[in-house]
Amino acid sequence: MRARSRELPWFAGAILAALVFAALLAPYLGLPSPTEGDITQRLIPPVWTERGDREHPLGTDRFGRDVLSRVVHGSRISLVVSLVAIGVAGTLGTALGLISGYRGGLTDAVLMRLTDVGLSLPTILIAVVLVAVSEPSFRNVILVIALLLWPRFARQVRGETLAIKEQDFVALAIVAGRSSAWIIRRHIFPNVVPTLLVISTLQVGYVILLEGTLSFLGVGVPPPNPAWGLMIADGRGFLATAWWISFFPGLAMLSTVLAVNLMGDWLRDHLDPKLRQVGGRAVEPDEPAPEPVGDGVRRAGARGAAAGADGG
Amino acid sequence: MWRYLIGRVLQTMLSMLVVISIVFFLTRLSGNPIHLLLDVNASERDQQILMHHLGLDKPLPVQYGLYVRNIFLGDFGNSVLTRRPVTEHIWERLPATVELGLVAMLLSVLIGVPLGVYSAVHRGGTLDGAARVFAVLGQSMPTFWLGLMLILLFGVVLRLLPAGGRGGIEHLILPAFTLGYFTSAAILRLTRSAMLEVLGSDYIKFARLKGLHEQVVLWKHGLKNALLPVVTFAVMLFVQFLGGAVVTETVFAWPGLGRLILESITTRDYPIVQAGVLVLSALYLTGNLFVDMLYSYLNPRIRHARA
Repeated sequence: MRARSRELPWFAGAILAALVFAALLAPYLGLPSPTEGDITQRLIPPVWTERGDREHPLGTDRFGRDVLSRVVHGSRISLVVSLVAIGVAGTLGTALGLISGYRGGLTDAVLMRLTDVGLSLPTILIAVVLVAVSEPSFRNVILVIALLLWPRFARQVRGETLAIKEQDFVALAIVAGRSSAWIIRRHIFPNVVPTLLVISTLQVGYVILLEGTLSFLGVGVPPPNPAWGLMIADGRGFLATAWWISFFPGLAMLSTVLAVNLMGDWLRDHLDPKLRQVGGRAVEPDEPAPEPVGDGVRRAGARGAAAGADGG
Repeated sequence: MWRYLIGRVLQTMLSMLVVISIVFFLTRLSGNPIHLLLDVNASERDQQILMHHLGLDKPLPVQYGLYVRNIFLGDFGNSVLTRRPVTEHIWERLPATVELGLVAMLLSVLIGVPLGVYSAVHRGGTLDGAARVFAVLGQSMPTFWLGLMLILLFGVVLRLLPAGGRGGIEHLILPAFTLGYFTSAAILRLTRSAMLEVLGSDYIKFARLKGLHEQVVLWKHGLKNALLPVVTFAVMLFVQFLGGAVVTETVFAWPGLGRLILESITTRDYPIVQAGVLVLSALYLTGNLFVDMLYSYLNPRIRHARA
């Protein structure tokens, strides 16, 4: 089993490659429009069932929109939301973490208290209210997720910075009269990058689930966008008659998050063995730490105490 | 030790203040509430009277102060829709949320602990592999989709269990499993790694050398010591169920606090949204504080590592 965890998870890699491929090429695959349906073609079941239609391999929804096309186009939304949200949160969190760790003293104390507060909030609850009050839109979903995400980056980067700061090459640079900004940029930041890569990957699945949850609750990406969460919500009323409307987007979401998480675990084992010993508990070598990455809901602000990654 | 505890209490209070402030400023940012309360044709004078009555003509910092004071007095105002005190609405819904959270926690422990022990003892076996898949899937599963698929399978196709609502024990099974799946997976992994750690320790080897029966070694000496992180984790999970039941309650039409908040967002009944979020956040934050204290009390390593 140990050997297996050292190997690149091919299965996960293949799913991810397919996802990125679908997201990039969605408009050129010759699929029907994801947002405009033919109302005469509504609620057609998948092709392998009795009343299936080869035009719509995964069937159509209540407006006659092609489910396959919507699932494929939906991957763009999940991908864009998670990349942008993590980009924003990562940049902010890394900057604050670097400053906090390097400066120390009062700056550090204030920033870390702020981080503690950020990590302690019940994520999903705050997200629901924030987006609901500020009108659901792409921009607001991304901003809210980024707002809830940055402390995770800040905490981890600050810890790394503290360790790197003690290294000889930093002391030498200080003696050589380099400015703090120069040292942070040239000496500290490059050494934080591997950790950053690992945390970012581990957050992608979480962000996809969070965005999906918000969209499902009607406070996320607004319709008629083909967001997976919205599609699942759309099919709720048709569970008994047209299960495929909810089933396929959920399957897409599950496999995407699964693939990203497996990839994140693998990256963590390879790039950053330090991250595996989180929460002060020694972890089995072949056992990824009980990571609180996952379901946006129960994860609602899951913090580190027993679960892991956040409690450094 | 005391320094850590006092710091933790202060931090919890600070977090609560941040939540209160977020809720206050959000509701002020979202527009003048009197437009929701009054008819569109209300005269300028009526608007003035209502503004004064609600204290909205006072400067913002004064409004904020009054708002915080009222919260500490337990006065959340009245529902815009029903005119009844918000606290009544909250009390009506809270028991359902707590009930669901407790059952989900119990279920996660009942699934997670035995499977975790078994996986650790029969490491690398078939069931260990299956448990691993169960755990990995649990981390990646969109709750709301799992809930719907369970309804589809057990409610629509097999017609074994009700699809929603609150009632007897049969109404609890699907929502509790949906809410508890992720956590049973987490408990499973935690129990497994804690058991492996304990089983590799000297006192277990010694217990075996003494010739104790393997079952006694496993359950009495092993599990008892592995259980500490699991128990604290389980308590923490219950706290999180309170904070995160919005989705499961929505999927299963479960009449709890989370669903009340979501309904009130739709009807723009902001006093209820505010109070609901504050109550759930307060429970969540104090619950987590309690767990951290318990944990640091039981485990000196954590206490000192964090100081």
